[in-house]
Amino acid sequence: MNHFDLELQALAVHAPPAFIPREASVDPRAASTTPARRPRGGAAVDARGLSKRYGARDVLNDVGLTIAPGEFVAIVGRSGCGKSTLLRLLAGLEAADAGQITLDGDARGRHQADIRIMFQDARLLPWKRVLDNVALGLTGPEVQERAREALAQVGLSDRAKDWPAVLSGGQRQRVALARALVHTPRLLLLDEPLGALDALTRIEMHGLIERLWQRHGFTALLVTHDVTEAVALADRVVLIEDHRIALDEHVPLARPRARGAAFDAIEDRVLQRVLSRPGEEPSEARPVAPPMGEWRWAI
Amino acid sequence: MLNANVQRILPWLFPIVVISTWQLASQAGWLSTRVLPEPWAVLKAFWALTLSGEIGKHVATSTWRALVGFGIGGGLGLLLGLLTGTFRAAETLLDSTLQMIRNIPALALIPLVILWFGIDEWAKLFLVALGVFFPIYLNTFHGIRSVDKGLIEMARSYGLSGWRLYTQVILPGSVASILVGVRFSLGLMWVLLIVAETISAQAGIGYMTMNAREFLQTDVVLVGILLYALLGKLADVLAKGLERWWLRWHPGYQPNART
Repeated sequence: MNHFDLELQALAVHAPPAFIPREASVDPRAASTTPARRPRGGAAVDARGLSKRYGARDVLNDVGLTIAPGEFVAIVGRSGCGKSTLLRLLAGLEAADAGQITLDGDARGRHQADIRIMFQDARLLPWKRVLDNVALGLTGPEVQERAREALAQVGLSDRAKDWPAVLSGGQRQRVALARALVHTPRLLLLDEPLGALDALTRIEMHGLIERLWQRHGFTALLVTHDVTEAVALADRVVLIEDHRIALDEHVPLARPRARGAAFDAIEDRVLQRVLSRPGEEPSEARPVAPPMGEWRWAI
Repeated sequence: MLNANVQRILPWLFPIVVISTWQLASQAGWLSTRVLPEPWAVLKAFWALTLSGEIGKHVATSTWRALVGFGIGGGLGLLLGLLTGTFRAAETLLDSTLQMIRNIPALALIPLVILWFGIDEWAKLFLVALGVFFPIYLNTFHGIRSVDKGLIEMARSYGLSGWRLYTQVILPGSVASILVGVRFSLGLMWVLLIVAETISAQAGIGYMTMNAREFLQTDVVLVGILLYALLGKLADVLAKGLERWWLRWHPGYQPNART
């Protein structure tokens, strides 16, 4: 560990504790997992030469991405840069035109059951009660028990019998998270799952996702347009620009993370990089970068 | 502001006024019994026919026809709707044919139906079945096709396929639309039955009213019309009950919903 890293650690220690939502606190009973349900660890992801076109439009062009087991990677980029498409290719929801994806060295298709995805809209089945939504696609013994346990992990045990229609947006995403976790995925794909939530709920969800990730040890890939969110959660922030990877930034901050000088420095670096290429506009049309206080989230 | 009791009575106010006026007009001699008998006479006829068991017999016959016709036509509509909604090939093969048949008014087929089936039970069942077929077919087809693609994608990525995908996602997603078809069909069912029963029958509400017409028993004719109204309302209440049960997850279909 070099001097800079030490400094960052020290900063993180002195930072105020991250906000932990009371409602989302982990049910102590859920902590006692049977061996079968113990976390299975993360999968190593290796994507090479991925290309995808829709008609004449390039969406991804020769994109490569390697993720270590258990790593948390965030992909940021402007709207339409292809970040969601990359996630959909990894999820197997769409087929790539070129390139290959492997999980732990095997073809992606052999690990379909190890991959779970969380969508921007929770996509709960409105005609199933919350508990049955969490149990969707589960087979084998103790389906109800496992679903109950997952629901407890996101702090919604008391809503098991409710219809999804009566839940708030944040609660729906927590149910969706439980539904993904109950399958003990080794790769969890998050497609802007917090994009539609308000700022406070989003902070709560950050804490929840981080704690569950630490506990289960799955590999996580988060697609987001919010650089702050990416820096708050990820070990690595990857920027996609012009259909290819333009930046791959490590975030060596201790968890749980809080705002501070080191956090802001990384966030600024990523933002600077994003804003230095203002979409289709010619670069000379842009004035000198505005002072810090005037940054606006442009992506 | 109106209080809750007044609110509850209000919908009945207009019918009460109409019936009272009608009764008064009959008693005063402004309305001939040949045109319209007084409401009290209709009630008395209703009571007499109930006591003699005639109403029971006719209502049972009509209800049986309605239910069997609805079962055959609705069942086929549901089946074919599921088929064409689920499989593109079935749609290509069947849908345009069915759309052509749909545009023929069922009642225009009466001469042909009489030639095919004579004037016995099958003619009436055929007409009812044909009429209820299309609303259920169309709405089932539409329901299957308009299930949220995002939910299907999600369910597939969570390992659901084939029968499980069908019963847990596609069917529940189209129930709301299918029930709209059922309610349409229930309305049509009585219309078609009335016509079918007035053509030729030995029993049934339609037969009872046609028979009464020949003997100028306007009170019995009105009893028959009243029975159709009551049975129609009953069918609608049942359909609403189904909606409340099957769509209890749907905030728009609950009694206290604000939509």
